[in-house]
Amino acid sequence: MIEFTPRKIQSSFWTILSPIISITMTILIGSLIFKILSYPVIESLYQVFVSPFSRPDRIADIFVKACPLIIIGLGLIFCFKANIWNIGAEGQFILGALCAGSFALLFPETKTYTLLFSMFLIGFVGGAIWASIPAILKVRLNVNEILVSLMLVYVAMLFIDFVVRGPLRDPMSFGFPLSKVYPDGAIISKVDFPFIGFLGQFHYGIFITLILCPLIWFFINKTLPGFQIKIFGSSARASEFAGFNKNKITIYVLLVSGGLSGVAGVIEVSANMGRLQPEVSFGYGFTAIIVAFLGRLNPYGVVIAGIIIATAKLGADNAQMVLGIPKVVTGIFEGMLLFFLLAGETIQKYKISIRKDN
Amino acid sequence: MYKNFLKIITFLSILVSPFLFTSAYAKTKVGFVYLTTPGDHGWTYAHELGKQMVKKEFGNDVEISIVENVPEGPDATRVIRELAKQGNQIIFTTSFGYMEPTLKVAKEFPNVRFEHMTGYKRTKNVATGNIRFYEGRYVQGVVAGLMTKTNKIGYIGAYPISEVIMGINAFAQGLRSVNKKATISVIWANTWYDPVKEADAAKVHIAEGADILAQHTDSPAMLQIAEKNGALGFGQSTDMGAFAPKAQLFASVNNWGPYYIKKIKQLKDGKWNTGDGPDHWAGNTWGGLSTNMLTLSNFSNMPNDVAKKAQAAHDGIKSGKLKIFAGPLKTNDGKEIIGAGKTLDDGALWGMNYYLEGVTGKVPK
Repeated sequence: MIEFTPRKIQSSFWTILSPIISITMTILIGSLIFKILSYPVIESLYQVFVSPFSRPDRIADIFVKACPLIIIGLGLIFCFKANIWNIGAEGQFILGALCAGSFALLFPETKTYTLLFSMFLIGFVGGAIWASIPAILKVRLNVNEILVSLMLVYVAMLFIDFVVRGPLRDPMSFGFPLSKVYPDGAIISKVDFPFIGFLGQFHYGIFITLILCPLIWFFINKTLPGFQIKIFGSSARASEFAGFNKNKITIYVLLVSGGLSGVAGVIEVSANMGRLQPEVSFGYGFTAIIVAFLGRLNPYGVVIAGIIIATAKLGADNAQMVLGIPKVVTGIFEGMLLFFLLAGETIQKYKISIRKDN
Repeated sequence: MYKNFLKIITFLSILVSPFLFTSAYAKTKVGFVYLTTPGDHGWTYAHELGKQMVKKEFGNDVEISIVENVPEGPDATRVIRELAKQGNQIIFTTSFGYMEPTLKVAKEFPNVRFEHMTGYKRTKNVATGNIRFYEGRYVQGVVAGLMTKTNKIGYIGAYPISEVIMGINAFAQGLRSVNKKATISVIWANTWYDPVKEADAAKVHIAEGADILAQHTDSPAMLQIAEKNGALGFGQSTDMGAFAPKAQLFASVNNWGPYYIKKIKQLKDGKWNTGDGPDHWAGNTWGGLSTNMLTLSNFSNMPNDVAKKAQAAHDGIKSGKLKIFAGPLKTNDGKEIIGAGKTLDDGALWGMNYYLEGVTGKVPK
């Protein structure tokens, strides 16, 4: 039997070295795979890991790709810290985008800043409402939140599909399931950097990530509600003895997480699509779960994890463009990276011993 | 010494540069964006076959980059832009959902040519390409009308958009040209590709008594169900005979190669253009049987006389003698669309939101 005993002292030396070893292992085994498949090894590694950083606009696009992952991931920190398993961020993302988009399309005359502000608010509420369903069911009937939140993803997908085919379909789209284009005021514009101009798709929504990250860090580490969440997550019984309201915390973390997913949806659709379509999320809600864990449920960690995952995706695209390496091969890289990082973390935190059962 | 060194370098580079220049000039860089991995059947695989034809035709004169599995959102914009930045001179974006991303990037790269497939928006450097899929469906209708015993045809549609509806109506026209008793019932799968849903739809059709199945979705699932249940059907996009050797009557095969080759040639000769003008509905390239952009796989699992009639319909459409949407045309609830002696034009095809006679039910709104 394999036994995991938590290490009492965690050396800071290994904390830093473990991710470095993980990445080195990924590169070594990855090189072997490239070698076996007879792709040029150095060039392949360059395309996957370095090329996404090789031009300012490519770096900007990493942030574009990472933005929704990070915002959803930041929200998920609340849930996962409290041991509440919200697997339905994808659905909350869609609902947020849908609610805000509907508002923008129905009231296009609203003044620019009022419109954008209301969209964020409505998007937050939309995502939060979607997350409130598993929350209420959990609190009232003790229904498993994993199942409910996951299943609501599919409901949300069908719902947005229905809306863009029916009520919100652009009459000029020749029957294609697309809404009208958002009014100008509802679009988050690209950033026009002084002296440089536009960089890739870099948009103002990304700055929201930068503001959210320290705010959430502060909230979780320096305030009473944040403390309650942490205690509730590590020991529900202890938190009850301390007089914390279990139901309140459950509902609260799900609402915040759903709301933030909704906001991510608002930003993504407004900045990058400019209209509603049947598919607005491409698994961001699910990938963000990985991002949250990879970032060790630390807001700054989530930002870094989001950037790592986004880099891997962009690198995969570049590798295929330049060297014709299929996505499935570069997909292995992503998998290995996650595996080694998590394995490294486990080994670093736990002492692993093999014991014979009697 | 140093001075001489510089001189030599300059001299050498002058000597070498024409070669560099010509070799860079002769090679045309072509980019493709795929919705999925090509696999071995269906929509993207048909594009992959077209790409292989390009490779065969031009050999080392082209340098092809592809990116597969590109979702129809912000990723598409990034990938298309990246392809443009890497010096691709013509970029084929092979799915409807790439329309806005293609237009967005095209604005930033006025010297790069874009070919967007199955869309309807064009600009100075964005042309569109599409296939007259409905022509194959007319022939399918003819075969179905002759082969059915129950007079019930089961049709699986992806989405109720005009492209799919015109296919259903063309099928109905073919069907009624040989068999006035048979009717088509349509199930909407609400997906282009989902083997499970497509199989379910096929099962429902068979349970309701259909013995011939047709599809405007992408997987071979429907044919596999037909094969298991002794029904017959038609393949989509690529020849799917291997999946259902006893059930496939024939497949409408999308043949993108000739269109790719034509457009790349035009580019090489400096004659690339957006075709016959922005008012032309169906896109700048809308080729069917006559231009070989649509072909039919071998007729199988049918008696000779049926195959002959199918061939005749095929030849008629190809030569232009057989008009699929010739009047008098009536909707299935009795409204007249056009009288005798008239034919629907391309614009009217893209405005189809009704079923013709022979189809049961109503177009979902």
